[in-house]
Amino acid sequence: MTEVNEAPKGASSGGDVVEGSEPLLKVRGIDKHFGPVQALYGVDLDLPAGQVTGLCGDNGAGKSVLTGCIAGVHQPDHGQIYFEGRPVHIRSARDAGALGIETVYQDLALADNLDIVQNMFLGREALRHGLLDEDSMERQAGETLSTLRVTTVRSIRQPVASLSGGQRQSVAVAKAVMWNSKLVLLDEPTAALGVMQTRSVLDLIGRLRDRGLAVMVISHNLNDVFEVADRIAVLYLGRMVAEGPTANFDRQSVVEYMTTGSFGGRPSQPAGSASGEG
Amino acid sequence: MTTDPGETPAGTAGAGTADLTLDAKVAAADVPPELLAQSLAQYLRAWWLRVRGGNSGVLPVVLAIVVVAVVFEIITPEHAFLRPSNLVYIFGLSTVYMVLAMAETPVLLLAEVDLSVGAVALTGGVIAFKLVQQPGPDWPWWAAVLTGLVCCGAIGALQGTLTALLRIPSFIVTLGGFLLFSGILVVVLGGANGNVSVSTSHSNQRVIFYLVQGLIAPVAGWVALAVLVGAVGTALWRRAAARRRQGLTAPPVGLTAIRIALVALIGVGVLLICTVNRGTSLVKVQGVPWVIPIVLVVLGAWTLVLQRTRFGRYVYAIGGNPQAARRAGISLAAIRIWAFAWCSATAGLGGILLGSFFYGEYSTNTADPGQLVLYAIAAAVIGGVSLFGGRGKAIHGVLGGLLIGGIAYGVSLLNLGNLATPLEYILPGGVLLAAVLVDVVSRRGSGSVTRV
Amino acid sequence: MSEHVRGTNDEEFSVTSGSGQTSAATADADPADLTLDAKVAAAEVPPELLAQSLRQYLRAWWLRVRGGNSGVLPVILAIVVVAVSFQVANSKFLSAQNLVNLFEQSTVYMVLAMAEIFALLLGEIDLSVGLVMGFGSVVVAELVQPTGPGWPWWAAIIVGLLACSAIGAIQGTLVARLKMPSFIVTLGGLLILEGVSIIVLGGALVSIGNSRFTNEVVLYDIFWGRFDPVVSWILLAVLVGAAGTGLWLRDARKRRHGLEAPPRSLTAMKIVLIAVAGIALVAICNVNRAHSGTIEGVPYIIPIVLVVLAAWTVLLQRTRFGRYVYAIGGNAEAARRAGVSLPAVRIWGFILAALTSGIAGVLFASWQVSLTTNIIKTANSYVLLAVAAAVIGGTSLFGGRGKTIHGVLGGLVIGGIYNGLYLLGVSSQWIDVVVAAVLLAAATIDVLSRRGAPRQA
Repeated sequence: MTEVNEAPKGASSGGDVVEGSEPLLKVRGIDKHFGPVQALYGVDLDLPAGQVTGLCGDNGAGKSVLTGCIAGVHQPDHGQIYFEGRPVHIRSARDAGALGIETVYQDLALADNLDIVQNMFLGREALRHGLLDEDSMERQAGETLSTLRVTTVRSIRQPVASLSGGQRQSVAVAKAVMWNSKLVLLDEPTAALGVMQTRSVLDLIGRLRDRGLAVMVISHNLNDVFEVADRIAVLYLGRMVAEGPTANFDRQSVVEYMTTGSFGGRPSQPAGSASGEG
Repeated sequence: MTTDPGETPAGTAGAGTADLTLDAKVAAADVPPELLAQSLAQYLRAWWLRVRGGNSGVLPVVLAIVVVAVVFEIITPEHAFLRPSNLVYIFGLSTVYMVLAMAETPVLLLAEVDLSVGAVALTGGVIAFKLVQQPGPDWPWWAAVLTGLVCCGAIGALQGTLTALLRIPSFIVTLGGFLLFSGILVVVLGGANGNVSVSTSHSNQRVIFYLVQGLIAPVAGWVALAVLVGAVGTALWRRAAARRRQGLTAPPVGLTAIRIALVALIGVGVLLICTVNRGTSLVKVQGVPWVIPIVLVVLGAWTLVLQRTRFGRYVYAIGGNPQAARRAGISLAAIRIWAFAWCSATAGLGGILLGSFFYGEYSTNTADPGQLVLYAIAAAVIGGVSLFGGRGKAIHGVLGGLLIGGIAYGVSLLNLGNLATPLEYILPGGVLLAAVLVDVVSRRGSGSVTRV
Repeated sequence: MSEHVRGTNDEEFSVTSGSGQTSAATADADPADLTLDAKVAAAEVPPELLAQSLRQYLRAWWLRVRGGNSGVLPVILAIVVVAVSFQVANSKFLSAQNLVNLFEQSTVYMVLAMAEIFALLLGEIDLSVGLVMGFGSVVVAELVQPTGPGWPWWAAIIVGLLACSAIGAIQGTLVARLKMPSFIVTLGGLLILEGVSIIVLGGALVSIGNSRFTNEVVLYDIFWGRFDPVVSWILLAVLVGAAGTGLWLRDARKRRHGLEAPPRSLTAMKIVLIAVAGIALVAICNVNRAHSGTIEGVPYIIPIVLVVLAAWTVLLQRTRFGRYVYAIGGNAEAARRAGVSLPAVRIWGFILAALTSGIAGVLFASWQVSLTTNIIKTANSYVLLAVAAAVIGGTSLFGGRGKTIHGVLGGLVIGGIYNGLYLLGVSSQWIDVVVAAVLLAAATIDVLSRRGAPRQA
């Protein structure tokens, strides 16, 4: 699983799973096919709490499918998912939410005609006497945003349509975080953003990690990945071909893994022996 | 549609906070000016910027009402348009369109359409009328009305199911419904010249007859108005004050005061018009028709449902971004089916009012389901509900209905001879096109793309 | 060989053909039979492209039907069902006399359906086709009145068609440039046209039945006139010969150039099928259907409709414009990016729809002979029949899928239903109800058949 280089130079301990502790989420041996098409072959993945894992892979490698299996959108055909050490069956987005797994999709899934508060509470509104409890929702949303230090938004009652791309992304992330989430999955969070906005979103992701959440980021952008991720996992044609602390990789190796499935002529290790198992 | 009015963003530290209401970008981005205004003057300025940015809210329909009133007053023989008796007639006629427009609103908010509201409305009315017939079923009025509404709701649920579960386009399903029930209507009424009616002679029928034709005694009317304004005013004031106290977004004090004053003003105006004696000195006819408070109740109910319940929130969400709603775990099919069901039930109420308005009679000659649905959609759209979903309120239907009622009646006051029949077709068509044109153009102003 | 197949998340997976269901490929002699590949069938590849023999073609076609894209099969089945059920209910249904009646009535539905197809292919809908037809009929009838304008019949028709096209241009502009929803624009349009038609009629009646005026006679004959039986056979022979030769030569030329071409036996079968249908039609029409005297021969309107069918088929299948229509219906954004002018194609689409409705109007005027306000009002219900015919024929409500022939076949079904129910004494309100139900059924099938195809939002 991990590529064995020289000992990481000056690498922080972030990225290695602390010996003896379970990763928050463990994926073992996941297979998934759609009709005659096999999307994932025996995929293993570790998502430790308090760390950001960057999931990389070329188009068609299976990143979205793997995310979907964790988020409850797809059901794996074989394999097992362990959450906090227990085996779980995640059959729907609700199941995932109940466990504390939240997903922020690439299209953000925000309703433009609703404001920030309404979007953050969409599907989980607070009621008082059977009617919407606007006041407490507004208060809670405000607190979440300020805890995440999202300050560029002028009014929490602005319609989402009036926000910039980075602000919308922040709202989507805040929405995911508000619900006692333990694992946040982000699909291409910086794909459509400019430099400044990317910066603020990456900072936001860092703050999630600092709060002790496990974070997985799917990204094409290796700059972003190397900036924010503590661990990197690479999928190639449905197989996990590399996984380990960021310090064990460099751009060259990641690109080669993404495009050829191996690095330096060495065949990819069968995914299965994740670090820190047991 | 966004939210309850808001004020300063929470926690603005320091003096010299930039006056966000002047930010044209913010205005163009559709931020309700109440959010940012800290004084009445700022609010008005922000509101004007927003109008210029293309999002004009209820301004077009209010302006249109004024224009129509002035124009018709000028061209009507003897300037009779604004005579109280005519105005009350317009109020009565409009209530039908108001209720139908309010019925259509939740469906439009979902970015769907219900072309059957006219036919369903008449079906509901005929059912209710038939059930109070003596000799005949002779049901109590409330049972007949309730049955009519429930039947219509069931029809709506069926159409909603076809649309939501089978994903057949709603305009096809409701087109089929429109034709189906138009045909059934003719059959139930007993052929091309059939009719059914209620009169004042039987107590059950009398209540239904009086729904529109009945009047509230003037004194009672003033009392009711005072109570209503008092209740609404207090509620608005207290909520704004509570929000301000908690540091949440709330409108400037002056704004709340103006709103309360506006409600009072309109109420007084309507009451005055209705209190003028429009009969003779021997047989006085004065007072507010019962239908007006009935419509206010419907308006209040729909506003509450759309703005303050989960169901309403989900309707807006689906209309804005169905994908986002689905991701949030909302059941699109359930919301859609319920919306169609409630739409048809409300339409049924409108149909009963229609029958009451035409002095308690339905006949195949006066009941035109096609014209009704067009007026209903036009009323909603011209009031401010968007055909493309996600934008609109119940009050829009009320304002639009008033406008449509005024136009429809105003045209009939002009003696147009041979043009009268063709105008019955051209007018709704033209009004509908104009309304949708305004909707589309206003959407472009606010930058949202409607189609490729 | 690898293929890209769309997964449910719109991700593309690269797969090798080993995961397909191709039959064993012997070395070079017999390339893998792609017709058996269910994936290919599901991806809606027309089986003619891949079949190298008639047997393969039939097998591929069957796979395609099971994959959800059944083409004209449902409408053929519907025709059979309609024919059988109504014949059982009323033994006069399939009599030559009634059949010709049926054909004549269906022509109006067919032409209206062909008009509607232009809008449906673009992913729009035109609710005004019935009233454009009514309006056109009124204009033409009024213009030939000897007591009025007294125009020659050809001038009246040309002006009528131009007027209808203008209406189509207006509606198309509102839809394409102002981005108004088409069902609203055409809904408003139909209302305005109804009013205008009533104004043009002047509240009275207009008739083209007077046999003393040649202009009126010509118009009258459009619907009620017919060819002499012998002439009918000659015409048939010429048509079949021309069509057959054309088909054969085209496929032969493709084969010669090494392009993908259907197997010879398939082409032969198509020609035989056309000939058989033509012979049956002429034979039925040549039976004497008068109670007394002689009325026999193919009515003029049948070749008229065939001409319209041929013209529009060529337009949609073989011109750039037609290609763009399908493209916009399939993926408007992609078409736009490819440089197709969306407004121009859309406006022309609505113009053609209105023009075709105008042609239907000429037929309608000829059919009804006298036009009154009430008849104009009933013209409104024809839109339902037009849409139902198009959808039953196989055109999709969602755009991008359909052919002109669908309008003809669907129109035949609708005509059959109408005729059959009328024979059974059902009142016209209930007939409308039945047609509404049929439309709903057809729409459901359309939606369900789309489920077999790649998912749409």
